[in-house]
Amino acid sequence: MPGEFEEYGGRHVPEALEEPLAQLADAFDEIVPTDEFQTEFQYYLKHFGGRPTPVFYAETLSEIYGADIYFKHEDLLHGGAHKLNNTLGQALLAKRAGKDRLIAETGAGQHGTATAMVGALLDLPVKVYMGEEDIKRQEMNVFRMRLMGAEVEPVTRGNAKLAEAVDAALEDFAQNMEDTHYLVGSAVGPDPFPRMVREFQSVIGREAREQIQELHGELPDACVACVGGGSNAIGLFHAFKDDDVMLYGAEPGGTGDSHSAPLSKSKQEEPEVFQGMLTKVIDEDTENHSVSAGLDYPAVGPEHAALQSLGRAEYHAISDEEALAAFKELSQAEGIIPALEPSHAIALAKKLAQEDKHDTLLVNLCGRGDKDMQTAAEHFDLS
Amino acid sequence: MADSGQAAETRRSDGAAANSEIAAAFDDGPAFIPYLAVGDPSYEASKAYVEALARGGADVIELGLPFSEPIAEGPTIQGAIVRALEGGMTPELFFEFVEDVDVDVPLVCMTYYNLIYQYSPPGSDERGPEQFVARAAEAGISGLVVPDLPAEEADPLRAACDEHGLDLVFIVAPTTEGERLQSMMERVSGYVYVQARLGTTGAKSDVSDQTDRSLQRLSEWNVPKAVGFGISSGEQAERIVASGADGIIVGSALVDIVADGVDSEWSTAETADKLEAKARELAEGATRGQTEPAPSDE
Repeated sequence: MPGEFEEYGGRHVPEALEEPLAQLADAFDEIVPTDEFQTEFQYYLKHFGGRPTPVFYAETLSEIYGADIYFKHEDLLHGGAHKLNNTLGQALLAKRAGKDRLIAETGAGQHGTATAMVGALLDLPVKVYMGEEDIKRQEMNVFRMRLMGAEVEPVTRGNAKLAEAVDAALEDFAQNMEDTHYLVGSAVGPDPFPRMVREFQSVIGREAREQIQELHGELPDACVACVGGGSNAIGLFHAFKDDDVMLYGAEPGGTGDSHSAPLSKSKQEEPEVFQGMLTKVIDEDTENHSVSAGLDYPAVGPEHAALQSLGRAEYHAISDEEALAAFKELSQAEGIIPALEPSHAIALAKKLAQEDKHDTLLVNLCGRGDKDMQTAAEHFDLS
Repeated sequence: MADSGQAAETRRSDGAAANSEIAAAFDDGPAFIPYLAVGDPSYEASKAYVEALARGGADVIELGLPFSEPIAEGPTIQGAIVRALEGGMTPELFFEFVEDVDVDVPLVCMTYYNLIYQYSPPGSDERGPEQFVARAAEAGISGLVVPDLPAEEADPLRAACDEHGLDLVFIVAPTTEGERLQSMMERVSGYVYVQARLGTTGAKSDVSDQTDRSLQRLSEWNVPKAVGFGISSGEQAERIVASGADGIIVGSALVDIVADGVDSEWSTAETADKLEAKARELAEGATRGQTEPAPSDE
């Protein structure tokens, strides 16, 4: 089966979706390695996106935590999160493959916004499916998407969150596959999406690996990133996979029994077939929840399930409270307001530092916190 | 006429033997194959509905075992699945239903692979296709349709089906060709589900001419061809059978009636009557399609 990571991944979809996915996989394999594509992709990453993003040594936080903390500043990428790497790559690929319409699902609205950005840039119409619950939580991103010309379609079924938005987008794709590219926002779903998203996000780790050696003199002891679907994490991890560097994923541990942490909190050992891939999914009786809309996905990208099973990466749950505390701590210590998603990674880095596990930690600061100010204002009583 | 006249002989003769009941369903003219989600909106109501479909002339009935994360189902079937899950439907209850329902036609279970992959009989640690198929066979299921299981991944399930005498139906889309078509041909039995058009399930007034092309592509297959997706009237059923199909599959148009019944608070008997009438219209349409002379013939 195509797109397997150990036993995970694959392409478990109805027959009608097989052909467009097979065509997409072929287009990806043929087009992306060409100089022509790479030149165009790198051009836009640099001049439109602002790459390379810097690596920053967080001096104050390092003192507090008792270990050297470096941040990969993906929050400085155009749009305020790592999402553009992927949307730009996929949109350029889609255009070359002859598609003239983009659809996307979005949770926090970051991916939808990044899709709307490239739609406007490359003159492709965009329709974004977004759960009604998330629309309420992330109104600003809805406004941004609409301002850039994207159509935002509220999804009301089920829990009205990210998983349902994926379903709705897949339905659109099944009906309009001839002219439409489904721009998946994370390293999840049927092949080729997990490996394609990894390819476009792996620029994060490639840059960071060079940059930290320049700044710190050697590789870090560990890399830390938050994991919902897991695209920013796989983008960081990929460049370090053959190094003697530990890889840590921070999963959204939510509160009590409500979480979105299949790798660290599920009781069930066995994987499931979910949204086109074989992967780990939260237990049936668990309520899917995270304080951060971008992480509350009940499953995880198949490559992360594989990295865990191989013992190459560890995944730990970070609670809503721990993430919020890290959110505040970074804001006050360094003058950087992180998104709630990477706040999970920061909280995990703190734990690892305080347990004296590692001396140098590279954390992917995958997005900025502007979108989370309402949540923060309520939680920390800022008004 | 020549093509449809051969319908009685288009039984699988290579590979695994088909379930004899399903084969027989295609023997006497075109097969009418309705679909309902079991447990929609309740166990008892859906039992009455399935029995009504049998009275209305069903030759085979596809029973949907609801899964919470169906891929690429249209809103109609999704609605049915949500109602059934809210009504408490589970795989165990589904098998009890199959044992319980009073019909005299073969029953085919339509579900997603996750439920088969995950299935573990009560009190057992074993899980997977073999367990699922053994329980399905014991309950009286004659065949399986698993939309998200690619044929090339289906060998464990195919083997379990062979062992327990079940048919395994694959869905051929308008875009299916080459290796995937070949894989299906090697593993299919019972009938092949010809998807009439691209997109998700749902009743549409137009039934695409992609159907004709698909039927041509499958003409050498020695297995009955049942066409589904978007059939909602007797006229459509008639036209599709006239163009060479050995059977028709109807889901959304029937689920719509169940949904209307829920919305309008019809009694179970009222909804069942409407389902029976719709089933009869479709079954009769299919029969007319076979007996009607081709337009150019005198």
